[in-house]
Amino acid sequence: MTDIADPLSAEIQGPSPRQMLKSRALSHKGLIFGLSVVLLLVVVALFAPLLAPHDPYAQSLMNRMVPPVFMGGTWEHPLGTDHLGRDYLSRLLYGARVSLMIGAIAALISGVIGTAMGVAAGYFGGKVDAVVTFLINVRLAMPVVLVALAVVAILGGSLTVVICVLGLLLWDRFAVVMRASTLQISRRDYVAAAQVIGASTPRILLTEIMPNVFNNLIVIVTLEMAHAILLEAALSFLGLGVQPPTPSWGLMVSEGKNMMLFEPWLVLIPGAVLFVLVLAINLMGDGLRDVTAPEGRS
Amino acid sequence: MFAFILKRLGLALLVAFTVSFISFSLLFLSGDPAAALAGETASGEDVEALRRLYGFDRPMMVQYGDWLFSALRGDFGESYYFKLPVASLIAERLQVTMTLGVCGILFALATAVPLGVAAAIRPNSLIDRVALFLSVAGQAMPSFWFGLILIVVFAIQLGWLPPSGASSWRHFIMPTIVLGYYAMPAIMRLTRAGMLDVLNSDYIRTARAKGSGEMRVLFKHALRNAIIPVVSLAAVQMGFMLGGSIVVESVFALHGAGYLAWESIARNDLPTVQALILVFSMFYIVFTFLADVLNAWLDPRMRSA
Repeated sequence: MTDIADPLSAEIQGPSPRQMLKSRALSHKGLIFGLSVVLLLVVVALFAPLLAPHDPYAQSLMNRMVPPVFMGGTWEHPLGTDHLGRDYLSRLLYGARVSLMIGAIAALISGVIGTAMGVAAGYFGGKVDAVVTFLINVRLAMPVVLVALAVVAILGGSLTVVICVLGLLLWDRFAVVMRASTLQISRRDYVAAAQVIGASTPRILLTEIMPNVFNNLIVIVTLEMAHAILLEAALSFLGLGVQPPTPSWGLMVSEGKNMMLFEPWLVLIPGAVLFVLVLAINLMGDGLRDVTAPEGRS
Repeated sequence: MFAFILKRLGLALLVAFTVSFISFSLLFLSGDPAAALAGETASGEDVEALRRLYGFDRPMMVQYGDWLFSALRGDFGESYYFKLPVASLIAERLQVTMTLGVCGILFALATAVPLGVAAAIRPNSLIDRVALFLSVAGQAMPSFWFGLILIVVFAIQLGWLPPSGASSWRHFIMPTIVLGYYAMPAIMRLTRAGMLDVLNSDYIRTARAKGSGEMRVLFKHALRNAIIPVVSLAAVQMGFMLGGSIVVESVFALHGAGYLAWESIARNDLPTVQALILVFSMFYIVFTFLADVLNAWLDPRMRSA
């Protein structure tokens, strides 16, 4: 499937001693950078009402398109104002909430669906596996952006709809990776031992399989969160995602697009923040993979 | 080999059939397509008239059967907006999308393969780091934003390239870069990993031991084997890219099938949207099928899958 499945399906060894894990994590620059940026943005999103200098929805037609402070503006509006005179920094801070919330909840929904399917396919094999593999194939054949746009257009754009649509569309990678990891683990002797002593299937899945595929799961959660954030921004950019006046970074790029000729910072700023957030989440995910399964590093 | 192709073909057809059902039923999500089409201001009679005109009063399965059999004959009905057959509308627009897709994948391969090979020859060197940086950045880059930045720099500031449209090859340069960059990271990582793997294998050591020149070892022995999975990944990426071209086409106002999809969704043009979802899915199914067959042909171990 994708390149992501390969290193993860590599042999997974037992949990390494905590100390080794910690020292590996602390010496991994990408992980530290990614984690710091993500934590910073989470704090910003949580405390947006305290940090924002203005109301992100308050319009002021007298103060339209004030340039940011580094382009000759004043500290009254550090990142300037948009075409309706709304403070850009405040909208950016509130936009972090939208992105992170959509990313986290969509990854949670798709994670539950994909993990259930993948673990079932990997553990039970046979017909269950055939059905799950078939469903993965069907899902991959559907163009995500197109289907998401169509569904949002039909149901009406709102945060809830966007989150649900993305959650129901992005489970494929979870299913692929969890299926492969479960397949590996379920061949281990300790799983056979659990079966022999008569442990029930739910017990084996919860106490033998899940803890051993958990590291891989966390990596996919981060990567899919980044994926969902990018897709939300793209949908909002195309006008069929989060609806105005909600401050979404994709929407801000789209609103700034018409003034791009004279005020390029209207497009540059929200896009750059989006890029940095997604980059940080991806680095965090890649870092977690290197740290938790160093033998799978390519 | 023949058995494998037959089995794989059966699966592809089954997937195609399921996708066709999903893309048809998606548009019944709203509950009443006739009311959605008529708009909020329409009277009850207007909605009824529309319902009978487009046959929405029949059972859904009957409508689906009807639609599927027409679609198999290449008839996707008439666009509500353009009042033209959907099939000819899409066929006309697909030229732009296919051109963009082919250019995009060629651009991705032309940058990713040399970079991946160079990175694998000297791991942890400067070029490896540059390649890694490009691939990590590529995966985080919002393609609509990247496109707009290119427009600001190369069309507005420097004035080298036209900002939008599709009337000459110069119009395709920026969209190609944006779409190609989207597919580049995965291809580069796979090339690098494959080359590293192959370069550590016994037959490469043998080739070096018998005194083959370094270039010959790299390109005749190593790359030939490392490139096999890359070719099939490129085919799969091509399928993804055609589906993803909707964003790129809308940024650059390229009037291709992706742009048509975006317009049709906004206009509630159901037959066009249904047909486009199906067409894009079919491309993906065909490309992955070709990729699997190619893989099985080049590597007999894959045939058991």
